[in-house]
Amino acid sequence: MVVLSGDVEKLGPTSYSEPLVENPADATFYVRHLNFWYGDFNALTDVSLDVRKHAITAFIGPSGCGKSTFLRCLNRMNDLIAGTKVEGTLLFDQADIYGSGVDPVDLRRRVGMIFQQPNPFPQSIYDNVAYGPRLQGIRNKNELDAIVEKSLDKANLWKEVKGILNKNGLALSGGQQQRLCIARVLAVQPEVILMDEPCSAIDPTSVQKIEDLMHEIKDQVTIIIVTHNMQQAARVSDYTSFFLQEIAGEPAILVESGPTSEIFTNPIDQRTEDYITGRFG
Amino acid sequence: MSLKRDQMVNNFALSLFWIAAGITVAALFTIIIYVVVRGIGVITPTFVFTWPHGVNAEGGIFPTIISSIYVTGLAMLIATPIAVLAAVYLAEYAKQGIAVKIIRFAADSLASVPSIVMGLFGFAFFIEAFGLPLSMLSAALALSLLMLPIIMRTTEEAIRGVARYIRWGSYGMGATKWQTVSRVVIPAAMPRIITGLILAMGRAIGETAVVFYTMGQAINLPAIPTDSGRAMPIHLYLLAVEGINMPAAYGTAFLLMALIFIFNLIARLIARRYKKLQE
Repeated sequence: MVVLSGDVEKLGPTSYSEPLVENPADATFYVRHLNFWYGDFNALTDVSLDVRKHAITAFIGPSGCGKSTFLRCLNRMNDLIAGTKVEGTLLFDQADIYGSGVDPVDLRRRVGMIFQQPNPFPQSIYDNVAYGPRLQGIRNKNELDAIVEKSLDKANLWKEVKGILNKNGLALSGGQQQRLCIARVLAVQPEVILMDEPCSAIDPTSVQKIEDLMHEIKDQVTIIIVTHNMQQAARVSDYTSFFLQEIAGEPAILVESGPTSEIFTNPIDQRTEDYITGRFG
Repeated sequence: MSLKRDQMVNNFALSLFWIAAGITVAALFTIIIYVVVRGIGVITPTFVFTWPHGVNAEGGIFPTIISSIYVTGLAMLIATPIAVLAAVYLAEYAKQGIAVKIIRFAADSLASVPSIVMGLFGFAFFIEAFGLPLSMLSAALALSLLMLPIIMRTTEEAIRGVARYIRWGSYGMGATKWQTVSRVVIPAAMPRIITGLILAMGRAIGETAVVFYTMGQAINLPAIPTDSGRAMPIHLYLLAVEGINMPAAYGTAFLLMALIFIFNLIARLIARRYKKLQE
């Protein structure tokens, strides 16, 4: 195992192929020594990580490795699960995510989320996309029309649905539904989009369209994607973090983090190499 | 050998199921056909749209139809907001613990209180203690006690039935709990909530014991809630018990069943439309 350059403080069990930033201002998410519990179960331990602005970061690892759990810390979706607890430093745009003055509702407006299961509301396509802007008090029809069109267009869905905006979102195919959900999130102009295995339940054409749109929007939006699919991580991401739970019942760790090209061609940790070459997981 | 025996057992079990199912369906159809055959002959515009005369046994039953619809509508207005809000609280806000279990148990118990007891309570409470007259209002209040648990439990189930993923979609966009509940969860659950409301209405409009104690039995066209009246089931009961006009009793029964059938049909249609939307 290659030892890190000495100027980085000793950070848990993780290997970094690029040193972590010193100044929190240089990272969109600045995470140090994060621990996470479901009740008594310590699910994640000592995770330190930077998420770079306007880049695509992939979280990879086998099932149960805590990557989705970690993702949900970033917009406090774990708050919705009873009995969870977080410790450590977790800054978004230099502000403490779990700070006492932080409203998770406000945070989630800035850090949107896409789920594994496409989850359009049982309403029209238009109303789905207009949901967020309406929450923010936008009532003007022309303004809403413009937002709906722009968001659907960014989500590579406009051409398919422009004639059927009044149709129920549930009438679309799974892949179209997922793009509808992406449009819905884009409509509130978040700074970050968290994607929790967005492509694992949909058709290949839609996967292609989603990967395309990720590239198209990344200069406006920071994207973090959790994926089981290593080819996808290699294709779409600029940075990759590899999570692993080595022993069932023990906490998962962040094994390695760095630029995707480094992780995939020149991994530091043997376990990373084993995973990306498909020797386990 | 044993294969043949297995097959015999199988056929025997199958015929038992058929017989059981047959008895159920036959019971339903016998009742319906009996009432229709005996009642349909007296159904004329005069019967539906005019007042009774003589000893209230001849002529039409118009005021009783209006009284029934009036009291059911009023009971809906009273019971629905309370039951729906209670259900939203139970399903979305209440900490799931012993208190919620007690509330749910209380609701289920309330639903199984015999209606004659509910009528007696309505009489003692709304009329004797609160001094309300025998009226639409008293009967609607007592009926709403009957409807409350039905609406509350169906609404709660409907709200719980909305997938967690859909809620997360809303929370994940920075919606508050109230925004999520009011704009996503309740609309998604609405068809099932409406189905529950209509089933409760069907239950209320056919209710006899409760209105017997609380509405009185005067033939009257109710205008304001404190007016008294005679509901269809009461009219039916009085006609039949005194044996003064059995055909009119069956006619009333037929109309009552038709009303309830229409309610159930509407409930079904809404449920089916919802299912279609989901596909």
